[in-house]
Amino acid sequence: MYQYTDFDRQFVTLRAQQFRDQLERWQRGELTDEQMLPLRLQNGWYIQRYAPMARIAVPYGEISSLQLRTLGHIAREYDRPTSELLAHAQATQDELEAAQPGATLAAAPLKYGYGHFTTRTNVQFNWIPITRAADVMDLLASVSMHGIQTSGNDIRNITCDALEGIAEDGIVDCRPFAEITRQWSSLHPEFSYLPRKFKIAFNGAKEDRAAIGWYDIGLQALKNDAGEVGFTVKVGGGMGRTPIIGSVVREFLPWAELLNYIEAIVRVYNGYGRRDNKWKARIKILVKSEGQAFITAVEKEYRDIVELDGAPHRITQAELDRVTSHFVVPELKPANLPSKVDPQGQLYQRWLAQNVRGHRLPGMKTVTLSFKRLGFAPGDADADTLDALAQLAEQFSASEARLTHEQNLLLPWVFESDLPALYEAARKLGLAQPNIGLLTDMIACPGGDFCSLANARSLHIAEAVTERYQDLDELFDLGPIDLHMSGCINSCGHHHSGHIGILGVDKDGKEWYQITLGGADGSQLSGPAIGGKVVGPSFTAAEVPGVIEAILDTYRALRQPGELFIDALRRIGHDPFKQAANAARHAKAEEAVH
Amino acid sequence: MNIIAADAVPASVEAENTLQIANDADLAEIAASGALEGVARVELQFPKFTDGRAYSQALLLRRRYKFAGDIRATGDVLIDQLVHMHRSGFSSAVLAPGVDASAAQRQFERFSAFYQGDVLEPRPLFAREAA
Repeated sequence: MYQYTDFDRQFVTLRAQQFRDQLERWQRGELTDEQMLPLRLQNGWYIQRYAPMARIAVPYGEISSLQLRTLGHIAREYDRPTSELLAHAQATQDELEAAQPGATLAAAPLKYGYGHFTTRTNVQFNWIPITRAADVMDLLASVSMHGIQTSGNDIRNITCDALEGIAEDGIVDCRPFAEITRQWSSLHPEFSYLPRKFKIAFNGAKEDRAAIGWYDIGLQALKNDAGEVGFTVKVGGGMGRTPIIGSVVREFLPWAELLNYIEAIVRVYNGYGRRDNKWKARIKILVKSEGQAFITAVEKEYRDIVELDGAPHRITQAELDRVTSHFVVPELKPANLPSKVDPQGQLYQRWLAQNVRGHRLPGMKTVTLSFKRLGFAPGDADADTLDALAQLAEQFSASEARLTHEQNLLLPWVFESDLPALYEAARKLGLAQPNIGLLTDMIACPGGDFCSLANARSLHIAEAVTERYQDLDELFDLGPIDLHMSGCINSCGHHHSGHIGILGVDKDGKEWYQITLGGADGSQLSGPAIGGKVVGPSFTAAEVPGVIEAILDTYRALRQPGELFIDALRRIGHDPFKQAANAARHAKAEEAVH
Repeated sequence: MNIIAADAVPASVEAENTLQIANDADLAEIAASGALEGVARVELQFPKFTDGRAYSQALLLRRRYKFAGDIRATGDVLIDQLVHMHRSGFSSAVLAPGVDASAAQRQFERFSAFYQGDVLEPRPLFAREAA
């Protein structure tokens, strides 16, 4: 993973000091709430339903054992509501449940003391009091972590494929390019008050595992016939109320031009993106409404940057080499720990099949620890688990781990010979469910349990579906399925790109859920990125598990031998799945809520 | 950077040779028309402090159109955006009414350097360190 320079360390420390200064001025009344809002957002601090939420950046998902321990410490010591606040929050959630008799699902009590892994490789805490925010930022800075631009109308935390630099199908390791771009975008004087948030993703492998079609800028690395490295540039993808897939504006951008070209895109967006309507302010709306005129404007701006401004941010070979040298391959040693695992056991074999992947280095594997387990929200890790992960990474993966887009944690440097012992250790921690890529490996946002934007809760649905599909034979029979769930149209749970998508909507203060089918993130399994289509009127929470089951039963009835869910859906068309879904409505639940 | 309290600027007096440019104006057209010639001060507008269009305008005025006079930020100008403004090419700023300037100076002293190039230092950190 990236090794910080002295400058990088000092920069993060000074940023924490700046945030403390801003927070104190706000507390003294020198800054209004409105004036403080973008300042705290640009450091990752939201005010949510009951408490502040801190969003901590984990660039490219790479995290060290030391950093995991610090997150564990924050979870244990800081992610704590007062008993009054917790009682109030729980009572409010209970009222929400009681107001929807027969139409909702039983929800687990609110939890505290944990970190939550997000789809954009951030870690979120839900209960840190704002009065302790500056202390938490200092603590994070002490291990080279921060919340810089994890929110706000700026260039957000940059993401990559979780297998960057270790994938078997890797073309180019994008992490140095992403880091150069991250540095360029950090505290950018011109681009800190854009019309709306701006997200950039890189993918350096043949398979798109970073969902780059769904990003404001998606960059696919490739090599041309001469072996030179460049990027296919997509612009204007995004989820939200208007799901759009990014358009290719450059087939091959030479790598040295990356910052100059991004600067051109963002400058055109800053000048012409809509600021009168929050829902139309993303660059996707500009690209969609202007089409070729947008591309022409970007190309003209890019030429001006090069010809008139002297291309000050052209990346030099020396800089690429310098940053590349900071992504060191750690010293690799096998753990050689004893294990009692039966190598032929079915569970172990299933774990090997689902959770273990190839590595570019011979004799090495990548292992995904599953954070999709009964009794826990997708992507949640409590303090003890964070500490245990730190130790696991030390023992088995050169003290490094990676957060994944699917809200799991991947160990990037595992010796094949260590797999049985690692399996045993992961199993003791409850992190060895062999469900990676399967139905229960779902993506879900925190939803209406915590988020003030949410229209509906998502976690009780995640729990109900997880509970329903505990039988591994059944789960394996259903095969790979992307189930994505968002508690509102902001789409943090990426429902648009799920083979099955669930979207929480609000009608008259009650929670309803739209189900979509056929979305794709752009992976090999899913095919080119596309948004799913709604199956019909929305459902109550109580109906959703049965609707999912009806859709999957239809698949099992209609599939050809070996045919995957997404392939069957595309071959057959949505109609029989829609009919099954709509037939799973509870007539009585409809009456009860109306 | 010249930081001016709101009540220190007489509202009725328009400075001579000052050109006010709206934040949706096309700078290339203005520059091509010769409208910048003889101008001592350009005033750029922040209708709200979250509307960042004038940052791009200031940067382009300096870097691309070589404007050497005063570039002044007006409108909803607050303390925590002053460093961004200065780096983008603003040389003076009139604070919004009621904004206390006492916290301004330490914002300029906090960071000794930044990653990306700007109007004050066109080279990014990597180019400076390599030099």
